[in-house]
Amino acid sequence: MSTGTAAARAGTVCAVRGLVKTYPATRGRRGAPGTPEVRATDGISLEVHRGEIFGLLGPNGAGKSTLVRQLTGLMRPDAGSVDVLGHDLVRHPERAARLIAYLGQESTALDELTVSLAVETTGRLRGLPLREARAERDAVLAELGLDEIAGRPLKKLSGGQRRLACFATALVGERPVLVLDEPTTGMDPVARRAVWAAVDRRRAERGATVLLVTHNVIEAETVLDRVAVIERGRVIACDTPAGLKARVADEVRVELVWRDRAPVEVPEVAALRAEAQEAGRRWTLRLSPERARAAVATVTGGPAFAALDDFTLATPSLEDVYLALGGRTEGLVKA
Amino acid sequence: MSAIPLESSVEAAAERASASGATGRPGASHAAPLAPRARLLPALAAVYRAQLSRARVARIPLLFVATFQSVGIMILMRGVVDGGSEARSVVAGSSVLVVAFVALNLLAQYFGRLRADGGLDHYATLPVRPASVVLGTAAAYASFTVPGTFVTAVFGCLLFGLPMAHLWILAAVIPLAGAALSGLGAALGLLAPRQELATLFGQLGMSAALLLGVLPASRMPGPIAYARDLLPSTYGVEAFARGFDAHPDWALIGLDLGVCAAVGVVSLAVAAWAYRRAAVR
Repeated sequence: MSTGTAAARAGTVCAVRGLVKTYPATRGRRGAPGTPEVRATDGISLEVHRGEIFGLLGPNGAGKSTLVRQLTGLMRPDAGSVDVLGHDLVRHPERAARLIAYLGQESTALDELTVSLAVETTGRLRGLPLREARAERDAVLAELGLDEIAGRPLKKLSGGQRRLACFATALVGERPVLVLDEPTTGMDPVARRAVWAAVDRRRAERGATVLLVTHNVIEAETVLDRVAVIERGRVIACDTPAGLKARVADEVRVELVWRDRAPVEVPEVAALRAEAQEAGRRWTLRLSPERARAAVATVTGGPAFAALDDFTLATPSLEDVYLALGGRTEGLVKA
Repeated sequence: MSAIPLESSVEAAAERASASGATGRPGASHAAPLAPRARLLPALAAVYRAQLSRARVARIPLLFVATFQSVGIMILMRGVVDGGSEARSVVAGSSVLVVAFVALNLLAQYFGRLRADGGLDHYATLPVRPASVVLGTAAAYASFTVPGTFVTAVFGCLLFGLPMAHLWILAAVIPLAGAALSGLGAALGLLAPRQELATLFGQLGMSAALLLGVLPASRMPGPIAYARDLLPSTYGVEAFARGFDAHPDWALIGLDLGVCAAVGVVSLAVAAWAYRRAAVR
């Protein structure tokens, strides 16, 4: 426990060192090919500080959820250590539930319960006496604006409402660390605001630390204090969103949308095509500011303009950082 | 976990204490105190209550199916069997079949599904003992069977003209056969490598309870009679059937129920072990 003691002293809530998890290769069955061995987490090291909203950003299959499962004691790593508030969770995975509130992606266990009973039951299973569980249930439902649907079963709710109800279960029976796996999936803006307000309140009033899994770059930029970019089981960068974006500050993103097809007969447009990522009629280019200006001048004048439907110039986002660091493009969401 | 002396006295707001440097354990002076665990019985009660509430949403149609199935079987058997010890075993077998349908078949499916689509993660990330979840769920499923079993038994008594004086034995048969069968169902659901296999095992278990429990034992060939002895529901059926005698042999009834109880203890322990194994992979 020496790392734990040192980590706790330095205000580190969660310290992960050299975490490795390999899924063994599977043999092919009739009609289905086998899969090779996969390193879902490949030597991940991280430190999350007290009171921080720390993000894990990456596309599906990058290893975010595997990492989170190892942090929450749901999966044993093959190698490496996980230290949360001075407790070695590789050696004592059962302690995770007494330190961490976890919001997973699945709600099957709760689907047939009413929102109210799901929250109350979770509170009781988190060790609250009945009276406290009910008091916390009422407070959390009111805080998240779930009062009106408290009597309805989860599976009768829309995806966003159900997600918000599951988020409510993560808040009842307070824990110093919240691990939220894509908490706002399917939510409307009102529900999202309720989630982030509730997270902020717990951080400001109680010093809660939040570990957030997301593949939404906009959300990552607006709510995270620091973010680890995960790609194929490795942390390829870890910094504040601003710090990460500063790494590609010398680039501008140019997006061009053509009406029918790109006017590739114009030589300047044909030259741009070599650097563009094409998605249907949309081209995305990452250029130096001078070249971006030239490109815009080209497409907003002369014959190319007639073919142009829309264009945008933007400063880099975390997605650009992700791509600049060598990430695969598909899988990150910009909404 | 009893090595953590503070566990019972620590409040849920663990971080406050840890922020102020409170010590949780000797030898790891900077480790934050752990929030208390959910105690066995309150957690069991919470799981039981939550599972019971599911009945309103999901279980009632299936309970009707279970009851009608047993009632239908008795009507069919009425043409074959006319009174005597065979009628007793048909009524007892059909009544216990309701328990097998819900506690074995439906519970195996429920745990199989929960395991397959990650629903177990919810419980596994809460500080609750596996026994609370397994026992609470099994008890709820056994409770679902109470109305159906009584309706089937009363209907059977009227149909075959059997005495109803000792129907109260069901109050012991349902929980004990329920424990044995739901423990078996939970263990099958949690141990099956795939969800479809959990469903299959549950169905097979129920079919076995149907064929070996409802059909009169005296007409079975030797090997099948042995298979009948291996099935825990048989002992529930026998105990209930003995209750129709004018002077029931209470010692034998107690022995049959004791077998159910013993199987229940073992199978629920296996199910709790299987749950732990399924939750942490």
